[in-house]
Amino acid sequence: MNTSLSWIKAYVPGLEAEAQEYTDAMTLSGTKVEGFEELDADLDKIIVGQIDKIKGHPDADKLIICQVNIGDGSVQIVTGADNVHEGDKIPVVLAGGRVAGGHEPGTRVAGGIKIKKGKLRGVESDGMMCSIEELGSSRDMYPEAPEEGIYIFPDEVEVGADAVEALGLHDVVFEYEVTSNRVDCYSVIGIAREAAATFGKEFVPPAVGQTGNEEDAGDYIKVTVENTDLCPRYCARVVKNIKVGPSPEWMQRRLASVGIRPINNLVDITNYVMEEYGQPMHAYDLDTIEGKEIIVRTAEAGEKFVTLDGQERLMDESVLMICDGQKSIGIAGIMGGENSMITDDVKTMLFEAACFDGTNIRRSSKKVGLRTDASGKFEKGLDPNNAQAAIDRACQLVEELGAGEVVGGIVDVYGKKKEPVRVPFDADAINSLLGTDISKEEMLGYLERVGLNYDESSDEIVAPTFRHDIFCLADLAEEVARFYGYDNIPSTLPKGEATTGKLSFKLRVEEVARNIAEFCGFSQGMTYSFESPKVYDKLMIPAESPLRNAVEIMNPLGEDYSIMRTTPLNGMLASLATNYNRRNKNVRLYELGNIYLPKSLPLTELPQERMQFTLGMYGDGDFFSMKGVVEEFFEKAGLHEKETYDPDAGKPYLHPGRQANIIYDGAVVGYLGEVHPDVADTYGIGEKAYVAVIDMPEIVERATFDRKYTGIARFPAVTRDISMVMPKDILVGQVEETIEKKGGAYLESYALFDLYEGAQIKSGYKSVAYSIVFRAKDRTLNDADVTEAMERILKALEGMGIELRK
Amino acid sequence: MKEKLQSIKEEALKAIESADVPEKLNDVRVRFLGKKGELTAVLKGMKDVAPEDRPKVGQLVNETRAAIEEVMEDTRRKMERAIREEKMKQEVIDVTLPSKKNMVGHRHPNTIALEEVEQIFVGMGYEVVEGPEVEYDLYNFEKLNIPADHPAKDEQDTFYINKDIVLRTQTSPVQARVMEQGKLPIRMIAPGRVFRSDEVDATHSPSFHQVEGLVIDKNISFADLKGTLEVFAKELFGPETKTKFRPHHFPFTEPSAEVDVSCFKCGGKGCRFCKGSGWIEILGCGAVHPHVLEMCGIDPKEYSGFAFGMGLERIALLKYEIDDMRLLYENDIRFLKQF
Repeated sequence: MNTSLSWIKAYVPGLEAEAQEYTDAMTLSGTKVEGFEELDADLDKIIVGQIDKIKGHPDADKLIICQVNIGDGSVQIVTGADNVHEGDKIPVVLAGGRVAGGHEPGTRVAGGIKIKKGKLRGVESDGMMCSIEELGSSRDMYPEAPEEGIYIFPDEVEVGADAVEALGLHDVVFEYEVTSNRVDCYSVIGIAREAAATFGKEFVPPAVGQTGNEEDAGDYIKVTVENTDLCPRYCARVVKNIKVGPSPEWMQRRLASVGIRPINNLVDITNYVMEEYGQPMHAYDLDTIEGKEIIVRTAEAGEKFVTLDGQERLMDESVLMICDGQKSIGIAGIMGGENSMITDDVKTMLFEAACFDGTNIRRSSKKVGLRTDASGKFEKGLDPNNAQAAIDRACQLVEELGAGEVVGGIVDVYGKKKEPVRVPFDADAINSLLGTDISKEEMLGYLERVGLNYDESSDEIVAPTFRHDIFCLADLAEEVARFYGYDNIPSTLPKGEATTGKLSFKLRVEEVARNIAEFCGFSQGMTYSFESPKVYDKLMIPAESPLRNAVEIMNPLGEDYSIMRTTPLNGMLASLATNYNRRNKNVRLYELGNIYLPKSLPLTELPQERMQFTLGMYGDGDFFSMKGVVEEFFEKAGLHEKETYDPDAGKPYLHPGRQANIIYDGAVVGYLGEVHPDVADTYGIGEKAYVAVIDMPEIVERATFDRKYTGIARFPAVTRDISMVMPKDILVGQVEETIEKKGGAYLESYALFDLYEGAQIKSGYKSVAYSIVFRAKDRTLNDADVTEAMERILKALEGMGIELRK
Repeated sequence: MKEKLQSIKEEALKAIESADVPEKLNDVRVRFLGKKGELTAVLKGMKDVAPEDRPKVGQLVNETRAAIEEVMEDTRRKMERAIREEKMKQEVIDVTLPSKKNMVGHRHPNTIALEEVEQIFVGMGYEVVEGPEVEYDLYNFEKLNIPADHPAKDEQDTFYINKDIVLRTQTSPVQARVMEQGKLPIRMIAPGRVFRSDEVDATHSPSFHQVEGLVIDKNISFADLKGTLEVFAKELFGPETKTKFRPHHFPFTEPSAEVDVSCFKCGGKGCRFCKGSGWIEILGCGAVHPHVLEMCGIDPKEYSGFAFGMGLERIALLKYEIDDMRLLYENDIRFLKQF
């Protein structure tokens, strides 16, 4: 929404404010000004001059030398423009002045262009005559300006006067952000009412009296509304003996200032009233309306209709149409039809000011694929009581402008009249909600400024029907607050019962995950929750895999963002690939993010959101570096039992010989492995990459931050080393399991210290060596204690087909 | 005997003096004080000494031994000191050679910003809670006073799963979920991922994060909201920070406000950063709408409250002067390493 300052001042005569002051004050009272443009910025020393004499330039065919009367003297100006004649009144920028831009449209220069005294081909020139573009405007706004050349004033303009003033450019245009609850502020009058309240000045809306001749519009047209829910009110008036012509300068300037191109008096009046009252209007050529009647009804399914822009459009039965006795003549609230549009030879015209259901207009506008200024206003839901005020104002302007003869009377189909909302007033409650101490009288004063009047008899505030947003006391509190000033409300802190600030247990475990990942060199990444269904093929996930059962978005930004991820791997691999492509070395990333697992599809209840701790890396390190990170995390999260690794993880996207499920407490809590070389190729990661994915709910369930001190060993340990040769398919994990199982009460720890496969070992076998540590808490162990334990271990190992090397 | 001991002593001292390395000093020890050493030999020869003289001779021998040992020990200490000093001279390093760094990871700027926000509110007694990212329309809209066909629904460019389930467009549904649980008073913040169908560009992302705040108690006023957010702004952006509350509209709060903070780059004078205004918009807030309280089972006559919500990315971009939102989701290690 835009308004010029001069237009606001027309309804708030007492308003005196600089642009910045107005911006700040309006914003603080709730009408946010997004920005403003001073139309006379960069226009300096520009006056109305009159060309006394023109003669040719001695040295240049295309230049002329003009003697220009500037009121208190005369200046010589050399120009290349060919549209000026002796006697023409033109804008002249004197030497030392500034213009806003070059003479091409849209070439405004920041800070303007300084005009200096100079010589053109040896002849002195003391200034410049200006085109409308050089004055920072355009032919759209000043249609009378020539397509090329100098702007020429009408004759009544006084020589020597301020040319910027004469063009109405001493003005500021404000751009507002109007919130969806303040439909009334999508109008100049609505903004002016707020401005008057903000500055404490009188608000003077246009006075509209009786209009029209002795005839009755009802004799010209009959209106039937079939669907009163979708069209609560329909007002129609008739204008005959139409004289199409330009609208007056003041109207053109106001429209131009808010970016509407003046066209002719009829179009300009409808646009003007739409801006002024916020009520869109439509004009039909009455002679094209068959059966002298208007019927408002929904379209037939599949109905085709040609709008006044010449486009054929497809309707369905929910779209509301304006029809005559025979045919459709307009899409209600969106655009009129080509078949009934006003042309230059229109004789009699039907004005329509109606109120349509906002939601229906919004939906229809989407369905038809056509959004217009009118539909944009209607879809916000307009006040039906404003429709008649607007149509009467339009008729008043028709009479004032001499655009035609207004027929008396109005055809008004208005079912259930919208009545003002009444809200019980309670000053104490408002004060307690705001934390203020404002007197009742002061409150009522603020409310009255915006037309919220107090009914003393019932102790209620009566909200005018254009205020859609006032229903309850909190709404009144806001009105009081914004004129009292938000900045005048004190600042306090909540009192009352103390509460404990804390993170949930889940968030604390996630914090541990972040810390460990970062200690281990992994940096935190973030990726989108939605991705492409093609991801499953990239990850070589088989067609029947439940991972492919993803929640689909109905209206995604595109296929690439159309499903909610069921695995965090794609995001990680894509991020690693980004880094690889950018030649970043040794990259380690982690992410904490949800996957979304539907219980069934289509979705009837919310999917399960499972937080995944995903680690990915390439460069230094290998499978076992990754495994170390997992174990460090488990340790810090209080998972003190030993986790185990099952190589039969069956992950198609991982190297078949280098992957494992991570098993803890009997549950699969995650997996890790080397990225399958095919998958790495697909993503474009040219090195071995490793990933680990930990299912956080499984960890959170088992995590604890409780710790118990177990003492530090005081007696010496006994260490025994064993060396063995065993088939390759026996996992060292099995050896360790045996050591743990058979090690007895004194087993303290064990560590692999040698692993060898190669020439000295028979094929299919590997050599493995462990160092095993025994210790008692209460005494020094003797040989016999240890030997007994070792014999149990060795015997069990031999039973597994492992040869011991002496 | 006395003379003999004297001469042993002199000889020994001479030998000590001429020793130049610890090994030679050891030779001296062996030669004079060792088991087969000269002084030991004297002791061994005691059997030839008259019994009444033996104590005296014994004492003499011990004195001689002590004298030799003292000098020898002294010499050894000096020798070792000299050797250590020489060794340290050899060990001088160039301390300006490059350091050996451990590879340490970096936290995402969003997380750093969130942790700052969390810390401030946890300190004020707020609990950090979470809610689902795929959410019922009921919580995302209806219970927040945004009924079907409300224009605000369009404004928020919602991703739909079906007509009842959406990707949450805001963290505000967590408000409704917590209020419904009915445990009062409430002081909570709810950080999390939200989604809106905005095309990706330097300032938009279809997936971003918000932090929601909610306080419900008896006698909570708009003034309490102002005070709380002023404290927050000063903690987050520095003690000089000023705040400005501008009236605004949100369906689930009334009165509502948008909050600007004085530009922390220029202190409010106006710069490129704050587009010359001296102010930067950081959050939306308001008193919880009585209708929302009612819908969530809280009696608005007894309880009142306030709520606020902010975009985490916005805070991160502002605080760390990141000029393109896309950087936050590319995960380029050269970007992440700067935090």
